[in-house]
Parts: sequence; structure tokens; C-alpha cells
Amino acid sequence: MAERIAVFGGIYSNYLALQAALADVQLRGIGDVYCLGDVGAFGPQPNRVFPLLREHGVRCIQGNYDNSIGHELPDCQCGYTDPRDNYFARISYAYTLAGTSRDNRAWLRELPLERRLTVAGRRALMCHGSPRRMNEFLWDSTTSSHFLRHLAEVHEADIILATHTGIKWQRHFDGKHFVNVGVLGRPENDGTTNVWYAILSVDTDVSVEFVPVAYDHDRLAHEMAAERLPDEFIETIRTGWWTTCLEVLPSKERRRGHN
Amino acid sequence: MTIPLPILDSAAPQVALDHLDDLWFQVGGTVCNLECSHCFISCSPRNHTFGFLDLETVRRHLAASVGLGVKEYYFTGGEPFLNRDMTAILELTLRYGPATVLTNGTVFKEDWLRRLRAAEDASRYSLEFRVSMDGFTAAENDAIRGAGTFARILAGVRHLLDHGFLPILTVTQTCDDDAARLFAGFVNLMKTNGYRKPRIKILPTLRIGAEADRQRGYQDHERVTPEMMAGFDERLLLCSHARIVTDRGVFVCPILVEAGEARMGDTLADSLRPFRLRFRACYTCHQHGTLCANIPTTGDS
Ligand SMILES: [Fe+2]
Repeated sequence: MAERIAVFGGIYSNYLALQAALADVQLRGIGDVYCLGDVGAFGPQPNRVFPLLREHGVRCIQGNYDNSIGHELPDCQCGYTDPRDNYFARISYAYTLAGTSRDNRAWLRELPLERRLTVAGRRALMCHGSPRRMNEFLWDSTTSSHFLRHLAEVHEADIILATHTGIKWQRHFDGKHFVNVGVLGRPENDGTTNVWYAILSVDTDVSVEFVPVAYDHDRLAHEMAAERLPDEFIETIRTGWWTTCLEVLPSKERRRGHN
Repeated sequence: MTIPLPILDSAAPQVALDHLDDLWFQVGGTVCNLECSHCFISCSPRNHTFGFLDLETVRRHLAASVGLGVKEYYFTGGEPFLNRDMTAILELTLRYGPATVLTNGTVFKEDWLRRLRAAEDASRYSLEFRVSMDGFTAAENDAIRGAGTFARILAGVRHLLDHGFLPILTVTQTCDDDAARLFAGFVNLMKTNGYRKPRIKILPTLRIGAEADRQRGYQDHERVTPEMMAGFDERLLLCSHARIVTDRGVFVCPILVEAGEARMGDTLADSLRPFRLRFRACYTCHQHGTLCANIPTTGDS
């Protein structure tokens, strides 16, 4: 019998998608659930995701957004230089920081930076961006396989799990695996409104299933509008196309959103 | 004509290579069909200080880069597309990892772009074009890059778009202009040329090479001192995560290829030692960080 865990990241205050994902995980009878960070950002009512995470015993690590909100830093540490991206990043950050309770900020501050576990004999390493840097973007189309091998060797892992970019992908190299589990917070720039999480199954082999999560995105869009969040954010939720945080997106991933 | 870069004699901090993330190739040497007045290595049709890299040299270094765990490959010059091996070099590179080429956009041939489209489609990796342009009007751009170049660069951008590429417009902030005005001007220009979501990168000038004559060189206080490294994240400096292969050996970064001391050795293996920031251009890198990569290098969090 394979050992299975469910892993997601980038909730971005999308508590409706989180609810839907947790229900799906429960239905599949998977008990071990992990979150790779970025609990807040982008979505409405930042405090709503926290009780869900606690009730379901989701084990979290800290993302750059959590680190920033937890320590009340001046920005989200995404490092954009494009003024269009920065404009929206600031709105989202100010809203989330102001709306996250003191207790929840303290909780974010205390999250571990990484998590190591053994899944059916394999060494799994969970991180937010990359094993070496919380806010490093690792995209499928800009990460060579020999670089992944280097990370796996230096960080002594057979399976590396990360998020942060917003688009899922996986690669198998030299008997090892890298998995970007995607995000629950916003769709992945492909014109569909669903979001994604990952199920890792390990027996003699390692397999990864990416699970699409449908949720009431109309309701989320209405709640975002009620909170006066930018129309650009709402458009992404409604259409599945990204409107912000585009600077860091490489050609291949970007082309899906026809430039 | 090489103007030797002045070396500082005061104490200068040393930066270790954290990991060789980005491997650069000076495929175009210092040869360029244009002669921009702000060029930090004074490239021109007549500057043969550095020559073209051939396919075999690139192949050898790509092979060596695998064991070093290099993440991405970058190609610059001079103008890379004056190198007749350029298309083959990019085709080969896309079998190893992601490739980015820095070009002036004025010399593309239909056949090359068709081949590169096919090569990127066949690869899991992205091929990025960074096209240099220095003004969103012909008057502004041509004053820097030469008469008639505005129209030729725009034609090059449209040519790339026609082949499904999404170029990054790389703009040097050549006057004390605010970046917001430049940015807005370029977004507007690109949109009217059919680029729906344009990618734009604005860079500071490097006050060496032709630029030192055009505007001014570095002033005496503009240097990196050991005190400036306290609390500074070294990963923002290219020398902490990159090296560049030229036809005269491996250098520390694309900016300092004309400085003898920045030559790190004959092979990649030789080049992995620490580098001392004894050059004034290091000051610009320290001030602005993330100068050369496609996306900002994120600092410590
Ligand atoms: Fe993140």
C-alpha cells in the first residue's frame, strides 16, 4: 500500500478553495496534509483561512508572505521591479497586513522554514520557493535538470516539494523528484478557474497526482469586490488569466496567456 | 580600442561564488553592427578585442556546466547574431537548459527565427530574447543607438512576436529621467506595435567604456568598501552566482571583460574562486543589484 500525503501552497486568503481542497483530501482518505506557505495575499478576509488550517491539522511551513506579515515587514519580498506589479503587490500587501489579526500574525511568525520527513523510505524536503531561498522562483522552463540535481545533493533529499511561483510542475531526474505543488489561491494562467494541489504517493515508485479543485469562484469574486480589492485581481479569479505579478513569468509559462 | 579599467588601490571586499547559477557566453565578442554611445565595452564593427565563440567552445563549456549544476545560460556580445553559429548555439543550449540572448534586434533572419521557434518548441526550456532599445521615440533612441535604429529595432521586435517570442525590452536609463515615464512610454509603444503585455526591464548605465565619455565616469566616492558589505546580501551581485566564457578565457562577469584582473582562468573549474570588488563598475552593481538577470534576484528573506 502506497504512503500518501496531500500537499498544497499559496492559499492567498482563498478560504473557499481551501475548504474545497480539504474536502477533496478527506474524501480520498488522506490523513497527512501539508501547506508550503503563503497563507495570505490577494484574496478577501485574511483571517478566514487560519481556523480551517488548525481544524484539519494542516502542517504548514512559512512562505515569504507569511514571513513578511508575521514580522510586519514593508513588503511581500517578491522583489518585483516592474512598477505595474509593484503597484498591485503593495495594495494586496497593505490589505492583508491590516486584516490579519495579531494572533494570526504571531502564528505565521512561528512557522518552520522547512520540513523534512521520510515517506516510504524516501527523504522528502518541503520548502517554499527553493531549498536554498524562501523567495526563489523555480519555474519549469527556467530550471535545468542538473541544477535540480545539485539542490537534491546539497540538501540531501530524494523528493523536493515547493510552491511560490503559482504554477505546478514536476520533474524526475536521476531517481529523484522535484514537485512544485501549485497554489490554491489563484488559477494558473491557463484560462480555467480551478486551482491545484498535489498528492504524493510513494511505494516502490514515486508518483505525483495534480488535483484540480473547483470552488465557488463567483462567490470569492463578489467578496473581493465587497472588500474593494482591485478589479484586476477579481478578473484573474473569474477568467483564469493572470493580470498581475507577471514580471517573473518566463516565456513558456507566459505564452499560455497569449502574451 | 580598449581603455584599461582603473583598479582601486584601497581595501576592497571579496565575494565568493555561492553557486554557479548563471553561465554567460560572450558569443559576439566585442563586435557589433551598432556603435551605441553608452556602451560599457565600446563595442563596434571594428572592436575585435574579443572575438566570436564557436559552437565547439560553447559545446565544451555546456558539457562542463552539467557537473557544476548550472541553472541558466545567457548569451551576449557585441551582437550575438553576428556570430554565424548563433542559431546552432541556441539550439544546442536548449537541450541543456534555459537560454537568454541579449541582442540589438536589428540583424535577425527569417530562417534563424524559424529554427529557433522549432528549437524552443522541442525543448522544455524557455528561450528569451532581451532586445535593447534606449528611447520610446526615434529621436531619443537614435541619439544613443544610431540613426535609423529605432525603426529597425521595432521591426525586429515585431519579427520576434510574429514567431511567437515574447521579448524583454531592455532600456538603459541614459538620462536622469524618471523610470516611470520611460516605463509608461515603452508600454504604450509596444502595445501600439501589437505586443499586448509587453515585458520591460529598465537598467542603470555603467559609467565605463563609451559611457564614461558620453556622460561621466565614476566619482571618487563611487566604490564598494568593506563597510558597504555589512548586512548586504551578496547574492545581489552577479559575481556571487555567475561567470562568463569569452574567447580569451573565463571572466567574472559580462561587465568587467576588459579588466585583466577579472579574468578568472582558462576553464570553468579555474574560475570558481572568490573575486575582489576592485572596480568602480562594481559600485553600480552594488547600488542596483540584479542588473543582468532576466528576473530580479531576490535578496535574503
Ligand atoms: Fe511565495
